[in-house]
Amino acid sequence: MGMEGVGARVARKEDKRFITGKGKYTDDMVVPGMKQAHFVRSPHAHAKIKSIDTSEAEKMPGVIGILNGNQLAEDAVGNIICGWMIHSKDGSPMNMGAWRPLAQDTVRYVGDAVLIVVADTKAQARDAAEAVVIDYEELPVVTSAVEALKDGAPQLHPEAKNNQIFDWEIGDSAAVDAAIASAAHVTEMKIVNNRLVPNPMEPRAALGVYDEGEDHYTLWTTSQNPHVARLVLSAFYNVAPENKLRVIAPDVGGGFGSKIYIYPEEIVCLWASKRTGVPVKWTSDRTEAFLTDAHGRDHVSTVKMAFDSENRITGFKVDTIANLGAYMSLFSSSVPTYLYATLLSGQYNIPNIHANVRTVYTNTVPVDAYRGAGRPEATYLVERTMETAARELGISPAELRRTNFVREFPHQTPVIMCYDAGNFEASLDASMEAADYAGFEARKAEAKSRGKLRGIGMSCYIEACGIAPSAAVGSLGAGVGLWESAEVRVNAVGTIEVLTGSHSHGQGHETTFAQLVAERFGVGLDTVSIVHGDTDKVQMGMGTYGSRSGAVGMSAIVKALDKVELKAKKLAAHLMEADEGDIVIENGELKVAGTDKSVPWFQMALAAYTAHNMPEGMEPGLKEGAFYDPSNFTFPAGCYICEVEVDPETGKTEIIQFVAADDFGNIINPMIVEGQVHGGVAQGIGQALLEGTHYDADTGQLLTASYMDYTMPRADDLPSFNVSHQNTPCPGNPLGIKGCGEAGAIGSPPALINAITDAIGNNDLTMPATPQRVWAALASAQ
Amino acid sequence: MYATNYHRASSVEDAVKLATANDETKYLAGGQTLLPTMKQRLAAPSDLVDLRHIASMKGISVNGGTIRIGAATPHADVANSKEVASACPGLAHLAAHIGDPHVRHMGTIGGSIANNDPAADYPAGLMALNATIVTNKRSISADDFFTGMFDTALEDGELVVAVEITAPSKCGYAKFPNPASRYAMTGVFVAKHGDGSVRVAVTGAGSDGVFRHEGMEQALASNFSAEALDSVTVDDADLMSDIHASSAYRANLVKVMARRAVAAAG
Amino acid sequence: MANVSMTVNGRSVSGQCEDRTLLVQFIRENLGLTGTHVGCDTSQCGACVVHVDGKAVKSCTMLAAQADGSEVVTIEGLASGGELHPVQAAFREHHGLQCGFCTPGMIMSAVDMIERHGGQLDEKTVRAELEGNICRCTGYHNIVKAVLDAASKMGDGAKVAAE
Repeated sequence: MGMEGVGARVARKEDKRFITGKGKYTDDMVVPGMKQAHFVRSPHAHAKIKSIDTSEAEKMPGVIGILNGNQLAEDAVGNIICGWMIHSKDGSPMNMGAWRPLAQDTVRYVGDAVLIVVADTKAQARDAAEAVVIDYEELPVVTSAVEALKDGAPQLHPEAKNNQIFDWEIGDSAAVDAAIASAAHVTEMKIVNNRLVPNPMEPRAALGVYDEGEDHYTLWTTSQNPHVARLVLSAFYNVAPENKLRVIAPDVGGGFGSKIYIYPEEIVCLWASKRTGVPVKWTSDRTEAFLTDAHGRDHVSTVKMAFDSENRITGFKVDTIANLGAYMSLFSSSVPTYLYATLLSGQYNIPNIHANVRTVYTNTVPVDAYRGAGRPEATYLVERTMETAARELGISPAELRRTNFVREFPHQTPVIMCYDAGNFEASLDASMEAADYAGFEARKAEAKSRGKLRGIGMSCYIEACGIAPSAAVGSLGAGVGLWESAEVRVNAVGTIEVLTGSHSHGQGHETTFAQLVAERFGVGLDTVSIVHGDTDKVQMGMGTYGSRSGAVGMSAIVKALDKVELKAKKLAAHLMEADEGDIVIENGELKVAGTDKSVPWFQMALAAYTAHNMPEGMEPGLKEGAFYDPSNFTFPAGCYICEVEVDPETGKTEIIQFVAADDFGNIINPMIVEGQVHGGVAQGIGQALLEGTHYDADTGQLLTASYMDYTMPRADDLPSFNVSHQNTPCPGNPLGIKGCGEAGAIGSPPALINAITDAIGNNDLTMPATPQRVWAALASAQ
Repeated sequence: MYATNYHRASSVEDAVKLATANDETKYLAGGQTLLPTMKQRLAAPSDLVDLRHIASMKGISVNGGTIRIGAATPHADVANSKEVASACPGLAHLAAHIGDPHVRHMGTIGGSIANNDPAADYPAGLMALNATIVTNKRSISADDFFTGMFDTALEDGELVVAVEITAPSKCGYAKFPNPASRYAMTGVFVAKHGDGSVRVAVTGAGSDGVFRHEGMEQALASNFSAEALDSVTVDDADLMSDIHASSAYRANLVKVMARRAVAAAG
Repeated sequence: MANVSMTVNGRSVSGQCEDRTLLVQFIRENLGLTGTHVGCDTSQCGACVVHVDGKAVKSCTMLAAQADGSEVVTIEGLASGGELHPVQAAFREHHGLQCGFCTPGMIMSAVDMIERHGGQLDEKTVRAELEGNICRCTGYHNIVKAVLDAASKMGDGAKVAAE
């Protein structure tokens, strides 16, 4: 490892523009003639649209146009798609209702878009939107998935009887029932995984530009995957042909899943730019973000875990109801199925697992992948149940986990996944040592003397990143392949551009991807540029989500680098009249091993472009592309320990320490990886302690639609984190890396709730553990 | 935000004149509540009269036992005032915990009390301190000034110019912030006055805004200690209940915060 | 319409805008200084923090007209002569940013905080002082580290600035 190569703590290249205010986000874009949009949204959670009158609004100052869903239909703009087909256990396909980008007849959640108003200024567009008169006939509302499944509940879509989208299962139900029947002990729990609002700090935005002269469209948008956006905008939404559409996702201010999807607003702004003849920009405000960005989680589950007389798990049965909101978002069906139930084996050797999942429509914001996507839900069930079982069995939580750890690899679970590598005990040992687990009882006694209740909890998580291989996910219903592309261009002066289909919205790709190149060719980081986020520059890519950019995106770069290296060595061997097999690349030079002969990297590059002296049959230039399709998921795993103090008078929880010991395989830039863990853990703590999403059950109004009511983690809610890494390299990809983006959000909620329930002596506690809830749980425990 | 007209007042007289020219005019002090409300189109004043440039409405003076705080004095100035810290430390502590540093740079005591948000901090402080609110027309006792949630004794166009407080012998403030908004979910200000009387005012909890708790006042008047509050009951019937805190939980917080405010008062 | 004149990052600027125009809109749209961001509607996230007459304020909670005649410093005005401000440098060194969206407000708040506390900061104080700045990426860990490091490096210099 050099100072800038793989494994080095390199400060980020992209930071310069961000710390000086020179980042360029979608809302910063200005194009000539640009106008501003405001969406008219449903104030009702469920209603029929009886009439729309825009006559007064159209006369308002600055108004360019007001467009509706019928006009969208006239132009054959398609329904919003769900990209993953799931079949119910009876073999029937999922019951999907139509989602129009602008509602025509019925609105199904507060915030459902009905009209777009385009005007000279944002304020004028909003003024005009308020002058629109829409006559609604209100319909009955249901916001809880459990309630929505009941007979007589309000019906959202004619396609989905009792609002059920599918009733899916995985695993062997009879075998699990038999294990439970013959168990020495069974732990049973009812567990709620609370709905979350992603809240990247940059609100979504879109700028659609139609160029009549070229009959060409450009969309600037806040996207984690601009190529997927281009694909669906052309293939499914019929807004523009793929070859006439450029999608640019410039600097993007966080995503966490919520910017994967192609929402109504992006479709409509692009379409409206042609309809109105002006460039149309829309920027969400925060309340709109609460009302329209896809939410996360929202599961209600019952679990039964069976143990034999030696405390070995013999079976795990899960029944889950998942709320998918008013419409099926792009990957909504995959989250509570293949991204969820396939992780129910946790880090443990469990011979029998069965999960049944019912997904449900409700009058709420659509639910889709949010940091972790299914894996936090699975981990929460497994790790809350393990901790509870240890308490019931009267053995230490660590001991119960050790008894059941998977220790031989590869390990085939009963729920599809085949774990390729891991050392779960190493992470457990590391975190217990870092947390001084042994000293906890003394700390607890000291806290008690101050009137505080101290508790400790752990969580041993495993997750799956880099969804793959494409053929396998295709067979499970995915509508896309999940490979990644890369192109490495060595310029004539030796500088290098790497074009990637991954997208960076905070992950630091401009640095880590460049480190990979610096390591390989011994060139300076400054001579390497990473190009991403523009479909005119990068041909195709699948984007960044599911912690896939390292394991999949960088592997594609490695494949392209392999090809470049091969050609560079051939050329250098020719230039130095040496054998190709003797060429080594070191410190920016191509050398003949064992001699003092060398060619500087830039000279070799120049030779490739002057092409005056090439090997027989070699094409000029030095540019190679690659597509990489992984052979398996990767399996990051680790152990988190949380220690808390609860103030019994107020129920307020203070996190005293949070220890994360993760095994991400090999690491390119430890500083960036630690940052990912910090952020993930903070979001997990947010879910467990702070972030509650509340709907009014009668009206379907979102009661937590701003930071006045939705508790975002702030600096004084969190401690500094104690982060360390263990390393069992991933055998499945050339870099041996597993992915680190979501682990923190996956592993932390059960650790925190296990700690609080330990402190208060009441295991019945629902996330988020607000002061009021903890206070009430304490009162009922007494 | 709806369209509005901005005016900058140079004196109290100028401000009142501008404000009374039109029924839909509002005074703009620090703007830390009014502007967010306008941004959400929940308020639509036709005109705004900016008070930040009226010199006579700014600053803190202490004369004998009386502290006078100009209505346009930002929270940060009250929080950082050595005079306030020494004469009335509970009030400095209160001011230091309103909003966040940026809000404290802009928000003013006059703006806060004229708005009388049921979760604002100052109303509890001024009521417990038995403050006098000085307007362009008259002086009003805090008990009479705060008339209910978002409601005060101010008449149309009447402008708060200063607040006057007689330094108490002891005072303290304890707040339990709403985890999301950081406004007071319950805040209790306790003041022991020179005549031996005790006033306890509660914000964030009452369903009609700031209120005094007589039971606690009596208990503390005879024994100014946290333990004296143990036997006092807080009735939850008139307390707010929302997604963050039930009235029963707020009743508990009122008592716990009162004990902590007494402890802070020393 | 309001005619607004102010000094922004040491440069005199003036412009015409509706009276309802927020300072942040004036900075972003009239002046084209897009480093100052808007992340919420309720004056809580702090992505819009700038300095007005030497104090950190939320530019989304101030009218441009209110700032008429004021001296404004935005994130673009912090570095001088190509030299990063110590707080900017510390944010980079300690990886105190990821997506970069909250960063301008975070840095402007940190500069104000360090100046007010004369460089004398501890972790608890930094966390409390960051109440008005929300970050979704970093978990604040490295932001706190960066602020503490910058405070210690600015040390006495910050104290002088505060006095």
